[in-house]
Amino acid sequence: MSNKASFWGYRRENGRVGVRNYVAILPVDDISNAACEAVANHIQGTIALPHSYGRLQFGEDLELHFRTIIGTGCNPNVAACIVIGIEPGWTQRVVDGIAETGKPVAGFSIEQNGDIATIAAASWKAKEFVHATSGLLREECDIGELWVAAKCGESDTTTGLASCPAVGNMYDKWIPEGIYGCFGETTEITGAEHLCKARAISPEIGDKFMATWQAYQDEVVEPNKTSDLSDSQPTKGNILGGLTTIEEKALGNLQKIGKECRYIDVLKPAEAPEKGPGLYFMDTSSAAAECNTIQAAAGYVVHCFPTGQGNIIGNPIMPVIKITGNPRTVRTMSEHVDVDVSGVVRREMTISDAGDALMDCILKTANGRFTAAEALGHKEFVMTKLYRSA
Amino acid sequence: MSIPQLLVHDNGDNVGVVVVEGVKAGDDLLCVVTEDNSDFRIKTNHDIPIGHKVALSDLADGDTVIKYGEDIGKMVASAAKGDHVHTHNLKTKRW
Repeated sequence: MSNKASFWGYRRENGRVGVRNYVAILPVDDISNAACEAVANHIQGTIALPHSYGRLQFGEDLELHFRTIIGTGCNPNVAACIVIGIEPGWTQRVVDGIAETGKPVAGFSIEQNGDIATIAAASWKAKEFVHATSGLLREECDIGELWVAAKCGESDTTTGLASCPAVGNMYDKWIPEGIYGCFGETTEITGAEHLCKARAISPEIGDKFMATWQAYQDEVVEPNKTSDLSDSQPTKGNILGGLTTIEEKALGNLQKIGKECRYIDVLKPAEAPEKGPGLYFMDTSSAAAECNTIQAAAGYVVHCFPTGQGNIIGNPIMPVIKITGNPRTVRTMSEHVDVDVSGVVRREMTISDAGDALMDCILKTANGRFTAAEALGHKEFVMTKLYRSA
Repeated sequence: MSIPQLLVHDNGDNVGVVVVEGVKAGDDLLCVVTEDNSDFRIKTNHDIPIGHKVALSDLADGDTVIKYGEDIGKMVASAAKGDHVHTHNLKTKRW
């Protein structure tokens, strides 16, 4: 398969390329979910993105909330965006942030209007946006315009043998072609942090990674642990799949970054990369929905998700491609599997073959083909919360 | 090559992973090292679920377990060559 691939995407006002064409109905806060869902139920071709937060947050946690909401609206898979919040101040802040992309965006606030009038006004605008964007045409784009994130879940020992190396092989082949990549899962690097540090582009970036990794240990694990993380890392599913220790899990996880490419920066949660094409590490939770949500908020348009035991995660705006090398999972839950690389453990398929199969699926997905998670309606959208609200 | 029942990442590893369903105690497994495609055989002493590890040599309490050529923890009970290695006899050194 040629590495000089291309795909058909939607070029947005700011030059970025999307692979989906959503009109998003985005709540600023939890209590605006109902109005957003009413608009999305009313106007076909729109999608509501309900979530659980957005009230009484402050400091870095509030900044992350805004970065996530605004970043989601800015994602090039979103053609246009309706923002609904309880009051006008924070609603306008989100509208202004999304407007920087140049895409159509409008805000509505509920206080002193009520749900019904807000839903009516937002529905008129949503219908206008659907007409403005649903006829947009895809254009052929160079592979270097694709932003591809990765995160693994319900991992087992086959993840490190087959599905994570397949993702790593894809990055080794396509990062040199100019794509943007992203991996994260700060706690799950534990046990392989020395190897991860060594894959940084420079000692400075390696130190930045180690500072991020250490901060989680010091600020989150140490003050909050009751014994250790043994009941969470590895998870019960990981253990059923044969993984025993966090080190073993981390070594498998890190296969996702391949053998050649080096990460060029360390991003805060939901922070958009600004150093150009290349691989980035993002400080994320290892919980699938939280990680995927902030990777999408950073601008990634396609996601590669290796799984062993069968994680079923999706995302409302970013197609999530499921890859597994576990023949039992292929047998028992094939409706969730996009790329079957179990041939690797039978020695019928090389890691390079597996990488090629994944790249083929990424291109088809970018061209508009639904992933298993999309066909099955998985739309997990989950904020990362740093601490309790005020 | 026949389909292997157990894969080993690196030649220096002292555990390997069962990659087929239905392995029973006493089975004689075809083992392949993914690093160089070399192969050998090992007899299991337990029923081993797919994805679970087998000791490739006798391991004593306290021994370091090597997989991917790296330290993945220490034995907290001994295991004979061919035994199941998992949470009952292997633990992280971190926590």
